[in-house]
Amino acid sequence: MKKIKLIIFLISLIIPLKVFALIEVDITRGNLNPLPIAVSAIYSDKETTDALKKEIKVDQIGNEISIVIENNLRATGLFNPLEKKAFLQKPDVAHLKPRFEDWSLIKAQALITGKVEFKDEKVRVEFRLWDVLAAREILALAFTTVPNNWRRIGHIISDKIYERLTGEKGYFDTRIIYVSEEGPKTKRIKKLAIMDQDGFNIKYLTLGNELVLTPRFNPTNQMVTYLSYFKNLPRVYLLDIETGIQEVVGDFPGMTFAPRFSPDGKKIIMSFAKDGNSDIYTMDLENRIVERITNHPSIDTSPSYSPDGKFITFNSDRSGYQQIYVMKSDGSRVKRISFGNGLYGTPVWSPRGDLIAFTKLHKGKFYIGVMRTDGSGERLLTENYYQEAPSWSPNGRVLIFYRETKSNSDGEGFSAKLWSIDLTGYNERQVITETDASDPSWSSLLSN
Amino acid sequence: MPQNLLLSFLFHVSIIAIAIVSFPFIAKKPIDIPPIVSVELIQIADQTNIPFAPKAEKIIEKVKKEKEKLVSDQAPPKKVKKEKPDAIPLPDQEIEKIKKIEKDKQNPKIEDNKAKQVSEFEKKELFDPNNIAALIDKSKENFAETNIKNDEITQSDDESMKLSGLTLNEEDALKAQIFGCWSIPLGLPYNENLLVRIKLKLKPDGTVIQSEILDHARMNKPGQGFYKVLAESALRAVKLCQPLRVPTTGYEKWKDLQLNFDAREMLEG
Repeated sequence: MKKIKLIIFLISLIIPLKVFALIEVDITRGNLNPLPIAVSAIYSDKETTDALKKEIKVDQIGNEISIVIENNLRATGLFNPLEKKAFLQKPDVAHLKPRFEDWSLIKAQALITGKVEFKDEKVRVEFRLWDVLAAREILALAFTTVPNNWRRIGHIISDKIYERLTGEKGYFDTRIIYVSEEGPKTKRIKKLAIMDQDGFNIKYLTLGNELVLTPRFNPTNQMVTYLSYFKNLPRVYLLDIETGIQEVVGDFPGMTFAPRFSPDGKKIIMSFAKDGNSDIYTMDLENRIVERITNHPSIDTSPSYSPDGKFITFNSDRSGYQQIYVMKSDGSRVKRISFGNGLYGTPVWSPRGDLIAFTKLHKGKFYIGVMRTDGSGERLLTENYYQEAPSWSPNGRVLIFYRETKSNSDGEGFSAKLWSIDLTGYNERQVITETDASDPSWSSLLSN
Repeated sequence: MPQNLLLSFLFHVSIIAIAIVSFPFIAKKPIDIPPIVSVELIQIADQTNIPFAPKAEKIIEKVKKEKEKLVSDQAPPKKVKKEKPDAIPLPDQEIEKIKKIEKDKQNPKIEDNKAKQVSEFEKKELFDPNNIAALIDKSKENFAETNIKNDEITQSDDESMKLSGLTLNEEDALKAQIFGCWSIPLGLPYNENLLVRIKLKLKPDGTVIQSEILDHARMNKPGQGFYKVLAESALRAVKLCQPLRVPTTGYEKWKDLQLNFDAREMLEG
């Protein structure tokens, strides 16, 4: 009996069955066009509009917040905010229940609606993000703050939308510290300045009496370390943004420069130059203990920690030409990672940890580029007459740097401006500042 | 022992029989012989002895005359007077006209009388909506027949469909359409395993009846934000693209379709 069953089983295996296999199609390409998004004006009733107009002198607060969001999203190069004139539905109705057919008619794939209220001296802004094609809400949040913070609310909403639609954290609720420059090239007045990432709310932190360079935020964005020439001696300083108190970092018998905080904010890493030799040192901010990290007769400078604090990248001319190196945070296992033609400098480890940004000088031109942490996959993102000092956005997608223009022998025609570029290399934009600007440094997200 | 031998024999015979049935290439195909048509060979003399049919001559002449009559009786086209713009009826006149028409419609007796007056011959010429409906039905049948015929896979299609179910041209057309609709979220990491598989149920015209992410559970797991974003973008692409550019034939084969969205190639640059 068993044998018969076995025979039947074998026969059933042999008899072919007419079943269609599921057809699979691999989609490996898509378009890189920015996502069409409709940012409807944030609705505010007449009472709220009038009250806020009196309070903070802003007409149409809802519309202004929506413009902040729109500009942020456009600047990423990943979104295409649609023209508001094409919108068929009013903001208040759209916020309650959008007519998705109307929004898909204007080719919007995502829709942002919102409502602003003014109660008990506070502004409450709620917003909703809708997937137009799926005809459903995919995010809804509300924020309450003092009226003067209305721009920040716009940035926080932008961050939430960016994160929901791209999967990575945003970078809009951030600040940029930089060196503001004024006057002729030969007699520049340089001040420390801080602003929102979109160029608004500029504040000057120093008066311009001393030359300042390379400001860098600490991880909590409350402290800044920078280089200042005091009595013609360049020293690394520490400045508390809230209190305005500043102090010299360490008592070094020579020049200290290129400072940067460790990822935990407990140490400052910098270069110390003496007798023509420059090495990398760290100083613990709690106990002020100084530690020597490199010990080489060459110039080692521009140190930058990896996000986990285990490695340090820096540039050195120990091979005869300035190149980029990586070592463990105690100074051991030094390894050269850049081998291309030209000189490499100002390496900065990405907050994601996967890339190192750098400045490259080759055949009289300056490039901003990125490479993997082992030196592979070098990509030059932008080329110009003079540009340097890249600094990463907190999500590791965008770099900010400064670019100088050529001037004649009298220094005329000279300018220094801030620029940003994303990792694709296509989305390059000038960051508008009141004055000329250099040495930018991006803060981490102010709100998480 | 003889029982085992018998079982073995039966097994082998059945295997050989199944092999012959299952694997047609083993058996030689019989040569297709067309059906035999019998032909009688008749010798024909130079002059036939078949008498001339006088009735046939009359019929032929009658038909010729009728044809000539039809041509000559054709009336010249009527000269239609051009209506002046002033001739647009006033609203009152229009209402009267409408009333008149309504009266006519509400008097079915008159229509019955008219119908009785016509001859049997003329009846056939009258407009009969049932006939039109029948014609439409017939045309539907014809269309269905042609569709069935088209659904049969041709030899050339069959060869390429053995592998993927779609010909290369069909697959390329579908891919090209979806490439245009899929906005890849550029913030995604290129070094993660981000493959989104979507199973679709399609209508014959390519409209999506149902779309299902095969690894749906992964979307709501913590730390899978990138996967969720990619999956949503893929769903958007499908919705934006529909109706999909599917082949006009072989619906049974592609009515269930799986799209595998993989952005790594694009994100790596």
